[in-house]
Amino acid sequence: MSAFNAIGADQEVDTDAFTPGVEPRATWCPGCGDFAVLKTLKQAMVERGKNPDEVLLVTGIGCSGKLSSYFESYGFHSIHGRSLPVARAATLANPDLEVVAAGGDGDGYGIGGNHFTHTARENHDMTYIVFNNEIFGLTKGQTSPTSPKGHKSKTQPSGSAKNPIRPLEWGLNAGATYIARTAAVNPRQATEILVEAMDHDGFAHVDFLTQCPTWNKDAKQYVPYIDVQDSEDFEFDVHDRDDAAQMMREADTRLHEGEILTGRFFVEEGRPSYSEEKRQTGQMPDEPIVEQYFDENAEWKPSSDLLDRHR
Amino acid sequence: MTENELIWRLAGGSGDGIDSTSQNFAKVLMRSGLHVFTHRHYPSRIRGGHTYAEIRSKATPVRSRGDGYNFLLALGDSFARSPDEEAYYGNEEVKPLVENLDDLRDGGIIVYDEGLIDIDDVDSVLETSLEALAAEHDWHVYPLDLRDIATEHGREVMRNTAGVGATAALISLDLDPIEALMSDSMSGDALEANLTILQAAYDQVRDEHEIDHDVVLPEGTHEEAPVLLSGSHGVAYGALDAGCRFISGYPMTPWTEVFTILSQHLPEYGGVSEQVEDEIAAAGMAIGASHAGVKAMSGSSGGGFALMSELLGTAEMTETPVVFVEAMRGGPSTGMPTKPEQGDLDHVLYSSQGDSNRIVFAPGTIEECYEQTRRAFELAYEYQLPAIVVIDQKLSGEYRTVPDSVFTESAPDPDPGTVLTEEEIEDAAHHASGSYLRFQYDADDGVVPRTLPGQKGGRFLTTGNEHNPAGHISEDPENRRRQVDRRRAKQEAIRETLDETGTHQTRYGTEDARYGILVWGSQQSTVFEAVDRLNETDDSVSALGVSEMMPFPESDVADFLESVEEAVVVEMNSGGQFRGLVQRELGAYGDRLYSLLKYDGNPFEPAEVVDGVRAVITDDPSVAPPTTRLEPTKATNSR
Repeated sequence: MSAFNAIGADQEVDTDAFTPGVEPRATWCPGCGDFAVLKTLKQAMVERGKNPDEVLLVTGIGCSGKLSSYFESYGFHSIHGRSLPVARAATLANPDLEVVAAGGDGDGYGIGGNHFTHTARENHDMTYIVFNNEIFGLTKGQTSPTSPKGHKSKTQPSGSAKNPIRPLEWGLNAGATYIARTAAVNPRQATEILVEAMDHDGFAHVDFLTQCPTWNKDAKQYVPYIDVQDSEDFEFDVHDRDDAAQMMREADTRLHEGEILTGRFFVEEGRPSYSEEKRQTGQMPDEPIVEQYFDENAEWKPSSDLLDRHR
Repeated sequence: MTENELIWRLAGGSGDGIDSTSQNFAKVLMRSGLHVFTHRHYPSRIRGGHTYAEIRSKATPVRSRGDGYNFLLALGDSFARSPDEEAYYGNEEVKPLVENLDDLRDGGIIVYDEGLIDIDDVDSVLETSLEALAAEHDWHVYPLDLRDIATEHGREVMRNTAGVGATAALISLDLDPIEALMSDSMSGDALEANLTILQAAYDQVRDEHEIDHDVVLPEGTHEEAPVLLSGSHGVAYGALDAGCRFISGYPMTPWTEVFTILSQHLPEYGGVSEQVEDEIAAAGMAIGASHAGVKAMSGSSGGGFALMSELLGTAEMTETPVVFVEAMRGGPSTGMPTKPEQGDLDHVLYSSQGDSNRIVFAPGTIEECYEQTRRAFELAYEYQLPAIVVIDQKLSGEYRTVPDSVFTESAPDPDPGTVLTEEEIEDAAHHASGSYLRFQYDADDGVVPRTLPGQKGGRFLTTGNEHNPAGHISEDPENRRRQVDRRRAKQEAIRETLDETGTHQTRYGTEDARYGILVWGSQQSTVFEAVDRLNETDDSVSALGVSEMMPFPESDVADFLESVEEAVVVEMNSGGQFRGLVQRELGAYGDRLYSLLKYDGNPFEPAEVVDGVRAVITDDPSVAPPTTRLEPTKATNSR
């Protein structure tokens, strides 16, 4: 018998179930793209039949990190750049949890970039939403890792001399097995992508374009958006790594030119998730590790079983 | 001092198998009924560079290194030989012999591999002859071509075995236990060759040399079944028996030893080990695993632990239980990677922004490593805060015989601590919207029970920001005060729990002593040996080994200091960090505390402590050993 009965509970929920009583109304700036992430994440949870007690949402720091304040579930608002280690360990402790990590582009592609690389590489069964607004918002408009070259800010008064990060190709090279880009201006597509990302058995990387009208672009600048699956201009096989790489390069280049390409860029089916790999190689038990603490019949092998080698 | 002991030093090149040979020999001595203690000295290199291992053995328990030693087996440094004619390493191949002569006691034995070590080179480096030195010190020198014996019956790398065979012949050690041990770990041709080499070297010594020295193997029997293991095993096994089932880490000497042991065994214990991209991830993962309900550990050495600082504070703020190990080495920065130091006390106590709120234990022995790691888990999970077990390169790597009852006496304790079950959650206080009030103000000992992700009705938010009872971010002054006060209340509660259930300080030596020694961590055993020696003469000395660094054991330490006139704080750092802690916590006794400090990369030897304390007793600083620094009292901080 499980000690975690929220997991897989047969329960009818609507989006209100994911609205916290403590802070029901988000306080992002009017017109902020973050509202769309919150809304579509709630909708995606409902569509997947999840209840708030089986979801662990781990966030970083920044405007995006406030997501966990406005989303009802188990929440861990961690520190800048460190949502992924916290989240991915939870998937190992209790693989049946629905684990979602979220943070901004500075959080995920800057200070937490090492964790992004390695979490993708390990292919943990979780979803990572990066609020990509191409700016540091909460600290008032500094240049971020995705800001275009030449971007001027108080900390880069002469314009950034750096090329921006190309997050989609980075995710691909690192080993993510589901990579998509969506935009706050397209909530229908965003919901579909989040559902797919959470359904996916492996590390799903969703680069979510969230306009920052206060410090960067407003929503108008993300319209029109093109869905690469729907457009006839783009022919590529989303399951083919080379095709995907080329399409991603195109998408990031055009983003910097003001053209918004969204959709699924890479989907790899069949690669076992990290937990699965560890189980298959005898490095992790089949039952969630955490269950044994609540199992009265669990056998706790003493360390003294190891003493023969020391005699 | 008169008790018979064998202190065997095996010297050679790093990469020559010094470690494994010495460990096997230590086990042989243990199986022969002796107590043993090993000390390793090595450079931060995989191959090349001079290294030695030392085994002290006697019939009664051995606490520390001895002063000097009485048997040198110098193998020569096989990696010192350059293939070029212009030997890049110079005379390095004779170092295992010439560099170890300073500490060799008068009457001691020297066996050297004349196949590798050229006596003319030795004499030219010594600028005198080995023969002359031997005559002066009554050393008994046995040159043997170990390399030749090894290559004749097997391969050159087996000359260590030849050295062991020669040793056995010289101290009248039976070959049976050596052969038995070899049969445990080898088979086939390798075993055959090694057994032949062992016997051949033994016979050659017996046939060709007249044995005329006084060094003999002590005789003893064990009252309790012994095991030979290290402080790293103590920590790792303590973690296993505390129900730890998750470890995350990144390699760094000397922490790697604990990490390796747990990584090897956790899967068979139903747990998981993760080697990750950096120590930040390691700390974050341990927190994540623990948040999800698994008892978790991470750790590092100084530099890696520095990277964990911010997440350490996150564990305090989010009230996530977790245990960290900090295995100290010489600092700052990369410092001295393979040398012990106790320079990270302030680091583990105060690292991370904001007021620190954690448990810090500094075990002094292998037994204490085991007990205090278990205690660290128990308290961390009961009180929902991080606990740090701070050890150092000396304690982590030294092998010693301990009774196996240390590990067999109490059953594993997998209690997850203050966690609600789903049934209990139903009756617990919730916000009107259904989320659990994880951070209510009024809580016994400051602790509100946790719920775990996936538990029905237990959902809550936690955050590294200051937060209200529902876990949501709040900067309200009244809330801030109440939350800080509640979290701080844990310190007092833990102090009371420790005082009621048994503290981890160890008093040793004469009651009503005039002089005291305060010591923490790995130097404890060395100090206790020094206390015995001081009390053998006319001195009146008592020591207190302190393990609880936070919350600080005020009464234990104050009572001790009240009982003596003057006290010497012995520690391996240059800043007197523990003396600083004592004065900070007690606000007094500055006028009776001296510091005896050593920070040259080598741990204290008992004689250095003896001389340092004598310098205080006789009020003659010139008696203090030159390898240490004696700091006077601070008269302004008095009671």
